[in-house]
Amino acid sequence: MPKVTYKDFNGNSKTINVESGLSVMEGAIQNDIPGIDADCGGSMACATCHVYVEEKWLNKLPKAEDAENDMIDMAYNPKKNSRLSCQIILSDELEGLEVTTPEKQT
Amino acid sequence: MKKFDAIIIGAGPVGLFSVHQLGIKGLKVVVIDNLNKAGGQCIELYPDKPIYDIPAVPECTGEELTNRLLEQIKPFKTEFFLNERVEEINQKENDWFVKTTSNNKFVAPNIIIAGGVGSFEPRKLALKEAEKFEGKSIFYAVKDKEKFKNKNISIFGGGDSALDWALELSKFSNITLIHRRNEFRGANHTLSQIKELEKSRKLTIKTPCQLESIGGGDKIKYISIKFDDGKIEKIDTDIILGFFGLIMKLGPIAEWGLNMNKKTIEVNPENFQTNKKGIFAAGDICSYPGKLKLILSGFHEVALASVECFKRARPKEKFRFEFTTSSKIIQGRLGKK
Repeated sequence: MPKVTYKDFNGNSKTINVESGLSVMEGAIQNDIPGIDADCGGSMACATCHVYVEEKWLNKLPKAEDAENDMIDMAYNPKKNSRLSCQIILSDELEGLEVTTPEKQT
Repeated sequence: MKKFDAIIIGAGPVGLFSVHQLGIKGLKVVVIDNLNKAGGQCIELYPDKPIYDIPAVPECTGEELTNRLLEQIKPFKTEFFLNERVEEINQKENDWFVKTTSNNKFVAPNIIIAGGVGSFEPRKLALKEAEKFEGKSIFYAVKDKEKFKNKNISIFGGGDSALDWALELSKFSNITLIHRRNEFRGANHTLSQIKELEKSRKLTIKTPCQLESIGGGDKIKYISIKFDDGKIEKIDTDIILGFFGLIMKLGPIAEWGLNMNKKTIEVNPENFQTNKKGIFAAGDICSYPGKLKLILSGFHEVALASVECFKRARPKEKFRFEFTTSSKIIQGRLGKK
């Protein structure tokens, strides 16, 4: 069960254990982490689970597919380290992952 | 003021199927949706993506599903009011009065909210100062091309809308196309036309960069964009157009006094009625124990809701459950002999 740290726009953070195999988005929804809306429920159709991934973790994640990047174009305030949290599937290798939620999703 | 038996909010798959379920019971309905076409998320978010869990349909795209539903409800000749959002609802005795953003008014004893995750609205620029220029020199849609003639226009976005409008407006204006990454996603022929225009210097492309600030007082004079490498560039601009797709916003529904659970409406799973008698919710927008956000669940939900709608619309008649295979009355309503 990897630990994941969700930071918000103001720097508040919450670290929780999320079951391997779940996405970073699902971990947030199940644990009432604010800042991730996930309107489409994880079908990569809405960009409201958008997060920023810390630089050192970004390289450890499988690269975003074209479809994910297309969706990130639609996200609120996208940056170079933007990802959709529904597409980051947790595993033991990602123990300690840190993500930051944007100021808002829409 | 037009009178109906039910007002359907949302023309997604569940809203469309509710027309069928109410129609075979002889009820007259009207459908209202904020998009310019029927289909909801199916048509807006995944028109080309295959869906595999519609019973008896092994595979169909969002667009195909929408077209088939429209075909299925054709016999009922239902009126659609598109491009408008329901703003207000008011109750008078057993009836609900509905007013839309286009000031259309309807009355019915029943409202079915099949609103998905809310109405689709354009996503806006993140920059705070963009707000005060909105509707004056910042737009998220082009309604009247005349307003965009002989101007310096900065277009943001990397999808079809951004590319199509860059092409169109470059005929009579000075266009800069700005996108956060180097890749554009659009039809191949559009992309090659854009590249040609860039070569012949009829259009400028700036990537990968984003809007940093807006300069000007009442009117926009220039914008500053920041490239990924940190470089800042000023661009003379009269008008900004942003095409970042659509987002879903719950909108006024949240203020109708319905019992809400986050962004969903709580319903009684026996008839999908909300805490307000005569207002029903079905599809992604409703919640009850065990709710699954599946299209097929929404179909079931409107089938049950339609029974209660019938009882409210025809209080003096007794509801008779009938099968389409054997009921001459239903077959008549479907235009079959």
